[in-house]
Amino acid sequence: MRLPVVKNQESVHSSASSCGDGCTCSGGANPYTGSTRPGMTRRSFLRRGAAVTGGLAALAASLSPLRDLDGDDIPSVQKFLQKHYKEMSGEEMEEALARIRKEVEKRYDVRPDIRDFKPMDGVEFVYGLNLSRCIGCRKCVHACVAENNQSRDPEIQYIRVLEMPRGSVDIEDGDHSYDRATVPDENHYYMPIQCHQCANPPCVKVCPVEATWQEDDGITVIDYDWCIGCRYCEAACPYWARRFNFAKPTLPKADLNPNMAYLSNRPREKGVMEKCHFCLQRTRQGRLPACLEVCPTGARKFGNILDPQSEVSQILKTKRVFVLKADVGTLPRFFYYFDERDPISDIPLEASSEHAGESA
Amino acid sequence: MKDYLIFLWRCARLSFRGNWKYYTWMFILTAIALLGLNAYTKQLVAGLVTTGMTDQVSWGLYIANFTYLVGVAAAAVMLVIPVYIYKNRELHDLVILGELLAVAAIIMCLLFVTVDLGRPDRFIHLLLRFNFPISMLTWDVLVLNGYLVLNLHICGYLIYCAYHKRQPSKIFYIPFVFLAIGWAITIHTVTAFLYSGLGGRPFWNSAVIAPRFIASAFAAGPAIIILTLQIIRHATQYPVADAALHLLRRIVTVALSINMFLLGSEVFTEFYTGSAHSVSARYLFVGLHGHHALVPWIWSAIFLNTGALFVLLTPLSRRLWILNLACAAMIVGIWIEKGMGLIVPAFIPSPLGEIVEYTPTANEILVCLGIWAFGLLLYTIFVRITVPVLQGHLTADSDSTDIPQQVDAS
Ligand code: SF4
Ligand code: SF4
Repeated sequence: MRLPVVKNQESVHSSASSCGDGCTCSGGANPYTGSTRPGMTRRSFLRRGAAVTGGLAALAASLSPLRDLDGDDIPSVQKFLQKHYKEMSGEEMEEALARIRKEVEKRYDVRPDIRDFKPMDGVEFVYGLNLSRCIGCRKCVHACVAENNQSRDPEIQYIRVLEMPRGSVDIEDGDHSYDRATVPDENHYYMPIQCHQCANPPCVKVCPVEATWQEDDGITVIDYDWCIGCRYCEAACPYWARRFNFAKPTLPKADLNPNMAYLSNRPREKGVMEKCHFCLQRTRQGRLPACLEVCPTGARKFGNILDPQSEVSQILKTKRVFVLKADVGTLPRFFYYFDERDPISDIPLEASSEHAGESA
Repeated sequence: MKDYLIFLWRCARLSFRGNWKYYTWMFILTAIALLGLNAYTKQLVAGLVTTGMTDQVSWGLYIANFTYLVGVAAAAVMLVIPVYIYKNRELHDLVILGELLAVAAIIMCLLFVTVDLGRPDRFIHLLLRFNFPISMLTWDVLVLNGYLVLNLHICGYLIYCAYHKRQPSKIFYIPFVFLAIGWAITIHTVTAFLYSGLGGRPFWNSAVIAPRFIASAFAAGPAIIILTLQIIRHATQYPVADAALHLLRRIVTVALSINMFLLGSEVFTEFYTGSAHSVSARYLFVGLHGHHALVPWIWSAIFLNTGALFVLLTPLSRRLWILNLACAAMIVGIWIEKGMGLIVPAFIPSPLGEIVEYTPTANEILVCLGIWAFGLLLYTIFVRITVPVLQGHLTADSDSTDIPQQVDAS
């Protein structure tokens, strides 16, 4: 009988609809005397009963939206116990991959080829963008979405192309939502911006749980199973490169790209952060990023800066390049240049068209 | 141990007793808290789309309230310092009420951080992999929880001693009191560093943020305490001397003056320089390219705060009702200044110059109200228990029937 008594009391107050001034019920009640409690009249007992029921009903009603909670939202035991990427042994990683494979198959009816690609030795990736060539067609934006299994509704895009008035390099002047039947417009040039894979990344510094970090090849990655969704990194990034899954990502089955990696384009869940990862599921196998492959003008250059023969190394040596917001000290691995030759440099300039699409 | 459980049990019982005013108050708070819970479960199901936040403005009301409440919690020391450092008598018996406010505020802070998380189910990751000492957020979680434990210990110990009619032994709480004083400054400084450490957000990236946070906290916090003490005095028979209120009034006046001075310095630097860095400030104060959602907010905050300061600086504020008005004005004013005025504009325009405005949704506001109601509920219960214990009505050897009815909120 003791328990119900306790319960009664609590709920009376959660709904607080009885026991006013004149009530004697809690007066001398001793919890240890059991049911024969002095001052507990039949009426007050009934009132309490009603109050308990009311209180519980109110609580249940306020929790009722939870009925719609998606099965995927409740983490399985295995997922709950899964360790941080850097702490997983080879076996544990295999288990995690197997679990993801199963989940993806269940949701998309496709058996994905998911692997955990490691950085290659002696490779540090950089990206160059030729502003003289970019025509602002946004093909890279959509190729990226298709390659990296981003949510289609709401659509998450990693690349933002700004339409810049000629005569300005201040991104404050850029137009984000330009909509032209024909690009390029002669009074503008176009500046695509995506994650700059900073060598001194503020986003990594701020993450409270180390869910995001910089890999040896310079790519900053996110463990989507570790991120707690605090969005501190999004506030810290000076290039607005990070995207948050505010809603559950939706991706039609037919659009799934089955070639995926743990740290890059596997399907994400709601409530986690994501961003450009230089297509590491491709580039760590010697292929080129999807945005580069699709670019019709060859404005995009990608490669290994540790290799002096690579095209990006050549461009860095011969062209006058710049990075965005150099003053914030992030040391981007993403640089911009215009297509003219540095008159001071003696090194002959190779025609960039020959090298378009050359790999790392 | 058994004794302690009985104590807790009797406290729990006591918190459910009172007159009709008490019940109405608790009923309303519970109802709002449940509405907030309901809104939060909707957010859990659908994700943070239920809020007005976007990739451009990725922090909103939740973080704004969090920041404000850290200040309230830190301000509890403004009661403690005069008592333990300057041996002020008037405030002595009120310290515990201030510390309890700190406890309730910190609990609200932690709730606000939790509702802001995209994956609250992974909260445990905060314990498993600490990005310490690099991430300021990790620091913040540490210091906030530390402050909570510290204050719980101090309050709990003092109340429990009073319950046993024992003289509290100094070594069990005095060192902690001094630790808490330092700690209170820390929690607010670390919270300020959370923002000012971000080089990519020029609006926050300013050394004056931390001092401004402390100054505004030491204005808004004691203002809340002034109002709370009067409510407690009115609702219970607990003696609160007018002298104590006036001491707090002086603290508030000084802190608010410093706050306004710092705000002025910031505004000057931003506008006189006119550099590209001041776009967010321009958006906040005068609007940018036809967008000016925040302009009315910040000007009403400035109006409320200057009005309050003006009143506080004149002898008018010796009259309690005028003092109360001024306090209410600045509580609201500083809330706006720190929330809408400090968190949101840093995101507008975005780092790429895009202007996306932020309007909180009804669901988001409900969650916030729910947390506030829950915090008030907690604080009411704390006070409900503490007052009879401190007055000697509820002690180890008293029977709970002895508690005179008048102690109940009336
Ligand atoms: S661009 Fe932003 S997200 Fe990418 S590494 Fe730099 S700070 Fe991080
Ligand atoms: S959102 Fe995720 S990745 Fe970003 S800081 Fe928070 S936990 Fe780290």
